[in-house]
Amino acid sequence: MEVPILKQGQYLIASIQSALTDADLSQLREALIAQVGRYRARGVIVDVTALDVMDSFAVRTLRDVTHMARLRGSETVIVGIQPEVAFAMVQLGLTLKGVATALDLEEGLAFLDQRGRDRVENAH
Amino acid sequence: MPIDCRRLEIASDKDVVSARQLGRELAAELGFSPGDQTVIAAAISEIARNILMYARRGEVSFQPVNDSDRSGITVTARDEGPGIPDVSRALLDGYSTSGGLGLGLPGAKRLMDEFDIVTGPGRGTTIMMSKLKRPPR
Repeated sequence: MEVPILKQGQYLIASIQSALTDADLSQLREALIAQVGRYRARGVIVDVTALDVMDSFAVRTLRDVTHMARLRGSETVIVGIQPEVAFAMVQLGLTLKGVATALDLEEGLAFLDQRGRDRVENAH
Repeated sequence: MPIDCRRLEIASDKDVVSARQLGRELAAELGFSPGDQTVIAAAISEIARNILMYARRGEVSFQPVNDSDRSGITVTARDEGPGIPDVSRALLDGYSTSGGLGLGLPGAKRLMDEFDIVTGPGRGTTIMMSKLKRPPR
């Protein structure tokens, strides 16, 4: 199942709608990295609210997306990790270290807006 | 629907998703909390992916646990792949021979209450892991 990616202003929003196979996750990673360049996106939001499980493959893929997008000048934030999913992730030893997270889409957008302002301020 | 024993072939990444979804459904039927259902599904995802990565095919089956003193679910993952030469290392966090995060087996073990591996070079691998329901307080 392909994950729809919406362009909103300077951001890309990938909204996961259902459980994803490993191949779906890899496809999402490739699509996001390509679109960061195509749309000159400053930020990427991956909404995982609908993900039933975040296992080691999902976490590794999202971490890769974050690092690859950062190398292309774009910040990523993962939003919508459900409480049970967070619990299982911690038990598995999956911490998403170095990856920004936010409670939901609204908080994710606010985070990216703040990042953008910081970047402008630092440039002055 | 009574759950005696349900099994699922694992031969593609779609089967990994089906296995964890079936496991979650059965856990729900057995009365596990949503939190425990997710924990069980995550553990299934890891061991089913291991089948795919190391043995390419195998099966996952589910049995309810219904003893006098304990109830829950047992998940068995079986393959006829190369086997695990060094189980104690395979259970160490961060140890991987596949380029993964090396959290699959040790992570699944932490998620479940009981965890046994029978394996050896050329003998395939069988993992039996159980999650037990907490007695009502």
